[in-house]
Amino acid sequence: MIDAIEVPSIDWVALLPLTSLLFGALLLLATSALVPGRLVARLAAPFTLVVCAVSLGASVFVWRRLGEGTAPFADVADAVAIDRFGVFVAAVIAMAIALSTLLAQSDRSLQRLGNIELYALFLLSGSGGVMLAMANDLVVLFLGLEILSIALYVLAGYDVRRRESREAGLKYFVLGGFASAFLLYGIALLYGATGSTNLGQIGSFLAANLPSHQGLLLAGLALLIVGLAFKVAAVPFHSWAPDVYDGSPTPVTAFMASAAKAAAFAGMLRVLFTTFPTLADQWRPVIWVLAVGSLVVGAFLAIAQDDVKRMLAYSSISQAGFILLGVEAGSSFGVSSALFYLLAYTFMVAGSFAVVAIVAGGGGRPRPADEGRVPQHRLSAFRGLSARRPTLAFGFTVLLLAQAGVPFTSGFVAKFGVLGAAVGADSYALAIVAMLTAVVSAYMYLRIVLTMYLVAPDPGAPRVSIPAMAGAGLVVAVAVTIVLGVVPGPALSLARDAVPTLLGAG
Amino acid sequence: MSDFLRTYLTVAVFGASAVLLVAVSLGLARLVRPNRPSAAKAMNYESGVDPVGTGYSQDQIRYYLFALLFVMFDVEAIFIFPWAVGLEAYGLFGLVEMLAFITILALGLVYAWRKGVLRWA
Repeated sequence: MIDAIEVPSIDWVALLPLTSLLFGALLLLATSALVPGRLVARLAAPFTLVVCAVSLGASVFVWRRLGEGTAPFADVADAVAIDRFGVFVAAVIAMAIALSTLLAQSDRSLQRLGNIELYALFLLSGSGGVMLAMANDLVVLFLGLEILSIALYVLAGYDVRRRESREAGLKYFVLGGFASAFLLYGIALLYGATGSTNLGQIGSFLAANLPSHQGLLLAGLALLIVGLAFKVAAVPFHSWAPDVYDGSPTPVTAFMASAAKAAAFAGMLRVLFTTFPTLADQWRPVIWVLAVGSLVVGAFLAIAQDDVKRMLAYSSISQAGFILLGVEAGSSFGVSSALFYLLAYTFMVAGSFAVVAIVAGGGGRPRPADEGRVPQHRLSAFRGLSARRPTLAFGFTVLLLAQAGVPFTSGFVAKFGVLGAAVGADSYALAIVAMLTAVVSAYMYLRIVLTMYLVAPDPGAPRVSIPAMAGAGLVVAVAVTIVLGVVPGPALSLARDAVPTLLGAG
Repeated sequence: MSDFLRTYLTVAVFGASAVLLVAVSLGLARLVRPNRPSAAKAMNYESGVDPVGTGYSQDQIRYYLFALLFVMFDVEAIFIFPWAVGLEAYGLFGLVEMLAFITILALGLVYAWRKGVLRWA
């Protein structure tokens, strides 16, 4: 008889935000394979929304439980951190999946291909993102990142009949595989330097003894930052973003820019802030360079584009730069500002891509004439949108102004937060760069707004029909953007409560 | 330089000499050889046969799908062998974990089957 191994105790309820997404995806795939007929295809989108709601409800439940006496704890043999930080990001990801699902439900080119796998991949990818946000061990972090990414590679190439989509899938796959390898190498080096992959143990090891030879440690940390910076599309690891954002089906782009970015930032924040605070003097300059690069490149290259989807892709690079401002601050205020920014940006970007999809003619029934047609995302397609579809143009204006950081929108509060954090951490130069590039970006956002309002529509412009589901998603996104801008208090205090602490140090 | 790094000096020397060897032999050949280009020499080499058509061609993907399914169950087997050896130690917990793993993989197979991947068409 061999000695029985010690079985780790698992608090299943606390894992619900993660497992509900995972089981939802498996259930969806299994039913679609076993139950014949069109019923499953028709119910797939509502089912996905229900799964998101369950995950969101579980997040709320766990959040409340963590407030009522239960201290944050490490679950499943210290591999998963159950704290408000992970729960907050899990909720953001669930909302991002729901918005992308609403958008995909009315996308004509995707309906042709069948949507069930798309939703299942959204849920799987989202569960990977939640795992990444809750990871308390570098191996779990890697696992989460891979689950997130592999589903995303497939999603990017989902529209197989369009060459751009296939190209996006391959490009993202090759470059993403590279980035994952960097991350894994970094984990190996960190294990070599500290003797553990557990975030808590690494943190307490570094707090107790500072190694005399830091080469291995710093190289590992640098490679880890490379892997995560690739996923958030920070310069100089951004080169994939414009092509992949442009080539992917628009609902997938919305998901990439919201859920994937939130998850990767969550991993970065937790690792840098809780595990390596002792090395802050070393990683802060690295993040500083990433932030400045993202801000400048994102703002200036966006001006040169005349495709709205590519503009938004570069804009998403510059927004990543703003969030990096909060990371660079290295303070708990910086972390909470970055979290609020992620929440606000999820709605801004999902709503913006919803408008792009609607204008490109994503709505309505599939028509044979559309076979192989390239969707129109060019700026000229937005000419005179205010005359053709005033409400749509107004919604897009609100979302664009929010991304530019105009007051009374969530974007202003978010930018104010990260800039405040940067100033609080004495990073004045960085704050000034951010302010200046925000002005440059504003030119690009206002260019779209002016095209919608001041340029007369083309005579032969196609009629823009707003599908119900995508319209509902857009209304939610605009409403949240305005509400977060006018009454930011509750969301800000939620973000403040979600600052992570070091767990399972033993 | 620390002792630890000095032991790696051999690797560096070896790598440098490998690069040097290739550079010298190729560089020397370039200096010595005559240069008389012709159309026939610039042609793609296809085992002596004249190349026909373009370089872009599409292949059957069905081998790929079968290979993928094979790899999936190959890896499953690799996991099951060490698990079976230590099953006594893992107890009920190990049994449930492995059943969950196999169920998820089986779901994948059922899905592939129903989507007609296993049909050789």
